[in-house]
Amino acid sequence: MSGATSGEIRDEFLKSKMGIAGLAILAALIAVSVIAVLTIPVETFQEWNNPQSWISYPKVAVPVWVNLFLTEKIPEHRILDSPHTSSAQGEVSRTTGSFAFEYTYDGFPNDFIYEFTAEYSGSPLLQMYVIRPDGARIDLLSSSLPYLETHSSHTERVFSADYSIKKNVAMQSGVFDFEPGRLPPEEIIFSQAASNEPLKGRYVFVADTYHAGDGAKITDSRLIIGGKAFGVMGTDELRRDLAVGLLWGTPLALFIGLVVAIASVVMGLLYGVYAGFRGKKTDETMMRFNDVIYALPALPFLIILSITISNSIFVMAGFLMVFGWVGVAKVSRSMSLQIKTRGYVDAAVMMGQKDSKIILRHILPQLLPYAFASIAISVPAAITTEAGLSFLGLGDPSFPTWGQILHDADTYGAGARGLWWWIMPPGVMIAVTGLAFVFIGNALDSIVNPRLKR
Amino acid sequence: MGIKRYVATRALTMFAVLMITILITISLVGSNMDIILKQGVAFQVRSEITDNPATAGGFLSAEEFEEFIKSQIDQRVQILGLDEPWYSPQRIGLTMYKILLLDFGHATFLTSDSGSTDVGDIIFEKLPRTILLFTTATVLISIVGIFLGALASSRVGSIVDRLTSSFAIISSSFPVWWIGMLLIFLFAFTYQVFPARATPDIPSSDPRYIGALLYHMTLPLITIVLIGFGAWAYLVRNFMVGIMQEDFVMAKRTIGVRPRRIVYTHALKNAAPPIITILALSLSGSLGGAIITEAVFDWPGMGRLYFDAITVLDLPVIIGATYVLTAFFLVSIFIADLLYGYFDPRIRTGV
Repeated sequence: MSGATSGEIRDEFLKSKMGIAGLAILAALIAVSVIAVLTIPVETFQEWNNPQSWISYPKVAVPVWVNLFLTEKIPEHRILDSPHTSSAQGEVSRTTGSFAFEYTYDGFPNDFIYEFTAEYSGSPLLQMYVIRPDGARIDLLSSSLPYLETHSSHTERVFSADYSIKKNVAMQSGVFDFEPGRLPPEEIIFSQAASNEPLKGRYVFVADTYHAGDGAKITDSRLIIGGKAFGVMGTDELRRDLAVGLLWGTPLALFIGLVVAIASVVMGLLYGVYAGFRGKKTDETMMRFNDVIYALPALPFLIILSITISNSIFVMAGFLMVFGWVGVAKVSRSMSLQIKTRGYVDAAVMMGQKDSKIILRHILPQLLPYAFASIAISVPAAITTEAGLSFLGLGDPSFPTWGQILHDADTYGAGARGLWWWIMPPGVMIAVTGLAFVFIGNALDSIVNPRLKR
Repeated sequence: MGIKRYVATRALTMFAVLMITILITISLVGSNMDIILKQGVAFQVRSEITDNPATAGGFLSAEEFEEFIKSQIDQRVQILGLDEPWYSPQRIGLTMYKILLLDFGHATFLTSDSGSTDVGDIIFEKLPRTILLFTTATVLISIVGIFLGALASSRVGSIVDRLTSSFAIISSSFPVWWIGMLLIFLFAFTYQVFPARATPDIPSSDPRYIGALLYHMTLPLITIVLIGFGAWAYLVRNFMVGIMQEDFVMAKRTIGVRPRRIVYTHALKNAAPPIITILALSLSGSLGGAIITEAVFDWPGMGRLYFDAITVLDLPVIIGATYVLTAFFLVSIFIADLLYGYFDPRIRTGV
């Protein structure tokens, strides 16, 4: 405990490299949180556990930047949206959608999916073909859409694994010098003519819808070229974009860490100071109660509580506070015992000031440096405990945290399958967040306890 | 306050805490446990009656048969005392009394490796493995930590000191289980040095079992030590730095005692009380933290048992394991308290 004023403490703190580093990391994390909240709508994030909303994304795709370090480029997952041009041809109207893209990778795509929503009545015809970089045209599909009595909308996904696509492609294998045999369609379409190697260049996928009379309309369509690389952070087994989870994990971790740390330090401080100030029987009783809470095994209890009561993130934060204030209460009690003996506190008591006023005006301000240091030091503990509980599968499903990402990674055997981009980033984020507060806490601590510095 | 009174007060508090812990656990899981027990009874009665053609055949209508089964279930529930709510003093009292006698009843789903469903058997089969892993780890951590800490404190500001301090700070913010996942990823799959699952795949009766267990223990052990020793070293360093500033060290220096001797004999001896206390605490503290670590490594100890029990809500096992974990924790707090009281007379005299 030092008698330093807040100004002195700030100056001292700004002199410490560790403190500055901690503040810088914290600022970066806050920036990430703001970006996450602003750019990714909370609705998107809460769809995390809904497989339906991730269906156009690839399974366990590596981050795209991995390609920068590879000579053999991994095919990127592409989701192509295209505006449709409509043209009438006498009795028959045609809606054309064409998707053009450069294919520059050294591997075949996983598959391709044409996804569309059409509004029509009757039974239009859907024709798909692809024009390859070498000019060859391969017909993919020619089939009628399901008959609709009244004008209404129809949504469909055409997969490359579709039987008729397979058959059509096999029938046109004359273009190729090798025997396509049982190769999947995408490995034939994207192949060089001479040998079964990927052909780089500009591909155009065209989907034509023919309809007698007018009134057929494609309202929404896209072509997905299934690749093995996607996004900045890759995807997981359930096709979720890990960047979304990692970004949103930041505000959640900061929330849990700060709320739990601040609340438990404030509780502990008030409890300890009051016990120390009143002394005698009150002190004895309050410290016995403190001993009881201290001796409760925290983790087993947190697990039981989250299973039997609720696994909501807010309730969890409350439970973490219950176990967090005990240590602070012990230390602040002994500190307030020391301060109590000082002359000015005696004087205040003598003058007949109210207990609450003495505590708030004369004792608590002395403990503030210690309080700030303990808040900073408690944050990482709260974050890692929450992450641990989530890792055990006890987290809040509507607010997925880094711990839950790691839980999923463990469940799907990410380690055994070498999916490093699923294991590394969440843990690094937990550690970096913890580190920011440990740095700040240590810098504050060495100001509060100058003896350690020497 | 004399030493006897001090010990008695502490022991009493600890016992009270143990009882409170069990009481809280029972009240948290009690209602669920009640439903499960009643379902169990209903199922048992129904299958007993339907499996017996002599009783099952003698009914005129399905309603009458159902009526009979219902009355039988009610009768059985009454005999077992389940008709009273789980929070009735009698039932809680009985449960607590049984727990005190280490009679935890039978597990609902889990069994020990030898196939016993007795919770006591299950727990005392798993407990030694947890103690083996975590005690070994804690001993290693404290040896490395004390040595490094003493070294760092003898050269404050040197590279060793800075490295130790920064390693301590950095390692303390990594979750142990995540490092475990990484090490499994690196040393079990990428470079296949150690097994990924820490459960040996040969039966425990095999003489080679001990060897297999030790081999499977290596990776978890490395993980725990790697994350743990930094904090220890930092702690010891800080104690020692404090002591090195005291007058008696100055005096030793002036009379020409070698610095190395001062650090490793005189200063370390003076830092012993807090170090021993923390050692006692961390030995038991590691048991609680074992839950996640054991889940990651699939180490067949108490932690994983506890986690398995919670996953399938096997209440007798949960209660039994909570009791044993808490008891261990309390005993070591108690020992730590006594040690502290022994080394630091101010505590027991109540100053």
